[in-house]
Amino acid sequence: MKTLEEIKKDIESCYSDATVTVEGTSLVVPKERWLEVAKFLRTHPEYSLDYLSSVTGVDYKEYLEVVYHLYSIEKKEGPLAVKVRTDRQKGLVPSVTPFWRSAEFQEREAYDLVGIHFEGHPDLRRILMWDEFQYHPMRKDYVQEDQDRPEKEF
Amino acid sequence: MEYTLKDTPALETQTLEVSLGPQHPSTHGVFRMNVTLDGETILKLKPVMGYLHRNHEKLAENMSWLGSMPYTDRLDYICSMTNNFAYALAVEKLAGLQVPERAQYIRVIMAELTRLVNHTLLIGFLLNDLGAFFTPVLYAFREREKILDLFEAVAGSRMMCNYFRFGGVKVDVTSDFIPRVRQIINKYPKFLDEFEKLLSENEILMARCQNVGVLPKELAINAGISGPMLRASGVPYDVRKVDGYSIYNRFKFRVPIGEKGDVYDRYYIRILEMRESINILDQAIKEIPDGEFITKEGGVGARSPRNFKPPKGEAYGRIEAPKGELGFYLVSDGTMKPYRYHVRAPSFINLTVLEDMCLGQKVADAIIILGSIDIVLGEVDR
Repeated sequence: MKTLEEIKKDIESCYSDATVTVEGTSLVVPKERWLEVAKFLRTHPEYSLDYLSSVTGVDYKEYLEVVYHLYSIEKKEGPLAVKVRTDRQKGLVPSVTPFWRSAEFQEREAYDLVGIHFEGHPDLRRILMWDEFQYHPMRKDYVQEDQDRPEKEF
Repeated sequence: MEYTLKDTPALETQTLEVSLGPQHPSTHGVFRMNVTLDGETILKLKPVMGYLHRNHEKLAENMSWLGSMPYTDRLDYICSMTNNFAYALAVEKLAGLQVPERAQYIRVIMAELTRLVNHTLLIGFLLNDLGAFFTPVLYAFREREKILDLFEAVAGSRMMCNYFRFGGVKVDVTSDFIPRVRQIINKYPKFLDEFEKLLSENEILMARCQNVGVLPKELAINAGISGPMLRASGVPYDVRKVDGYSIYNRFKFRVPIGEKGDVYDRYYIRILEMRESINILDQAIKEIPDGEFITKEGGVGARSPRNFKPPKGEAYGRIEAPKGELGFYLVSDGTMKPYRYHVRAPSFINLTVLEDMCLGQKVADAIIILGSIDIVLGEVDR
């Protein structure tokens, strides 16, 4: 598999105004361009990352982040970790369910637990918590229901 | 007067909504399918889950790195060893720990024994769903019991093994372990032959399973399906081969694939996979060396978990669990608790295509299609 820098160059040569950055072992894509980049990675014959393994929502207190782990079954390559960041208030990120069906349940999970709203998802409902639940429990500022139970100190 | 069907007035029909589950033995736990039926044909199916949700990920973020090892046992409670394996692998990736040779072999042996347990049980329960009530399960349980005895001798527990540690395993195996594994794998092919004689060419099983719940190759890849289900659809993709994690690249084994991707293929692929697992076990117990069962660094992590702090960073570790690709995405901020701990559960993601496989089938087929996916609700709901 190509290195992250090469992938960044390839993407930027296709979409000249897209600013992709490399951070550690992953690629950070601005959310406005994420759909185009996803389509590129999915369909470009040099990558053909046809297998979306995992979708994770992370709360970094200042912003929310979605981490995608992509593999190519055709080429038996991967993983490529792609990160998309969004603000905490609205938390809008375009949905990649049209490209990879495996995002369907995983995006619902990230919406349910972290509160990321995936635009264009066919059926964005809570999946693990019940429908009337008000909060997103995987956010770092979520107040535990049982306040008597102290956080474990080591 | 001649009477034809044309003359009968059109019957007024309406669709019927049925809620299958959550408390029903055929759903393998607390899982619900909201089904819309036209007669007996399924028009729509919406899975409802979360009845067993306890936010495993939040629990893990509030305790030490090693503290959540016993909790991973409870994800897929049939295969606690492979859950431990995936978590240990991800943490080792994060902390850069090396695993000694002997421990690697012990891990592979445990993982393959777990695969035998899982696939044997699955076939038993699939036959339950087909109406062969509990006879095949008893055969399956008989064999499973022998392997669980072995787990108990080594880890102290039959199902909740909590056996893996970062950089190795908890304790070394007992002195009679290898002969006992040898005994099991000597007898297992005979049991599989017996099982197959009863089932593989059974007329009822073939009539019920063939061409039912077909999953096309393209959809299987696109929907992130993994494990035996993906291979039954004809995709030769096995994480053990592709990633070669731990020491799997040393063993010779084949990856069986199906042709059609129907329920029968998913049943048969598991029989074939068990035969390959026996193959791997055979090689592993011949080659297992003497030596340490845990690294020195790992020993520190195991004995005093408060000292175990992986460096800042993130890691994604995945293994070929019996149910599919089990992955852990971990983010460390350099403290003694994980900052983010995410489980990529194969049962959960394999359910994505449940509706696609069931549309147009009879309602009784939905039960066996669900059975052939092989879900455990502890892992689906987390």
